[in-house]
Amino acid sequence: MNATGAAEYRPYTLVAELTYRCPLRCVYCSNPLDYARRRDEVDTAGWLRVLREAEALGVVQVNLTGGEPLVRDDLEALVAEGERLELYTNLITSGIPVTRDRLARLRDLGLDNVQLSIQDVSAGPSDRIAGRRSFDRKLQVARWIKELGLPLTLNTVLHRENLDRVPEVIALAEALGADRLELANTQYLGWALLNRRALLPTREQLAQARAVAAEARRRLKGRMEVLFVTPDYYVEFPNACMDGWGRRFLLVSPDGLVLPCHVAHTLPGFAWESVRDRPLQEIWRDSPAFNAFRGEAWMPEPCRSCDRRATDFGGCRCQAYHLTGDAAATDPACSLAPRHELIMAARREALDAAPVAFEYRTRRAGAGT
Amino acid sequence: MIAADARPRLAPKVRLRFDAKSERFMLLYPERGMVLNPTAADIVQLCTGELTVTEIVARLAEKYAPQPRATIEREVLEFLDAMADRALLRSEP
Repeated sequence: MNATGAAEYRPYTLVAELTYRCPLRCVYCSNPLDYARRRDEVDTAGWLRVLREAEALGVVQVNLTGGEPLVRDDLEALVAEGERLELYTNLITSGIPVTRDRLARLRDLGLDNVQLSIQDVSAGPSDRIAGRRSFDRKLQVARWIKELGLPLTLNTVLHRENLDRVPEVIALAEALGADRLELANTQYLGWALLNRRALLPTREQLAQARAVAAEARRRLKGRMEVLFVTPDYYVEFPNACMDGWGRRFLLVSPDGLVLPCHVAHTLPGFAWESVRDRPLQEIWRDSPAFNAFRGEAWMPEPCRSCDRRATDFGGCRCQAYHLTGDAAATDPACSLAPRHELIMAARREALDAAPVAFEYRTRRAGAGT
Repeated sequence: MIAADARPRLAPKVRLRFDAKSERFMLLYPERGMVLNPTAADIVQLCTGELTVTEIVARLAEKYAPQPRATIEREVLEFLDAMADRALLRSEP
């Protein structure tokens, strides 16, 4: 632990990745490329213990996610335990496959919020991104969620093919009565990095969509929350990824690894520990991997002497590794980074309008890491 | 501006919880949380959909006497308006 003390490192949110299984094959899936090799899922008793240990550690929110969390038939047991522990439980789902009855059951057990993904505003392009017919069913699920009185967050991942339809996405969210709309630009890791040429928008597309979102936020104030997440590739300074490494977020992967984010286990050279072997609290506090990028001692220049080092924590470690090969490098998204040229080159590529084929999420390990 | 006869209650997406670590109440909602100071926690706990804003102010004026009622009223209204702007509050007419 570093000099600023243990109090700075409290996990408020547990991201519980219950499974990597998913009926969809989205081209920007955030699961690791080798997900199919990580099949040994934590069982129900294991997850119940994770919830209890996480709550004792300070966690107050749980994101039940995946893959598709609905493919686990013990979701009910986990929601009930979350309720008993007074945790805010958020189901992050594709909506496939679920029945109205099951949603009603989850509501009665204490589920606090459903975040439903919609890939686009009509079946053609939405199903094309998802790699499966799913759009019409998703709309049905959105209506069920509202009918059952569950709060609904709609999440649409944005990229060059759908950014120009942000006005329609907002209109759809309004029509469905969403309580919150997340317009989340693709973050280019995992499958999204593999598909970056097909997905990365131009600066102009992004600026227009951002302006539309800002107008909607003003207009819908007090009714629907509208969130617009700018992609790292078009910022001057990086985002504070996960609010800083091992500071506020704790993630447990389907196979039980305790991680600071959903792709940290793709970084080489770290011994990630499992909830099967050690209490969560010890891993959070003592694991060398968790402590590797806490504090400032690990920072290279220009981060180490930068005024923003306590604001953005040097950006994203995984992005640094996957773009430069060095997890301790300054995030290339930063305009001050020595390797910022990597981002500039990707931006130039985005100006080329020629279509690029998608590589869908598949069991076969993809090219690269 | 929230009406004096409105009966505010927390929006369905919001959960109030006591946090043993900070010994404060917290409001939890999707992907966010807000630690409440003791005054804010007192206000939120009265937002049950049963009491009107006027009644909430009266209760708190009693609790915080001898602080002037006008000060309390201003604080309550400012807080409730900010909550409503963030869609954290519903008001029954």
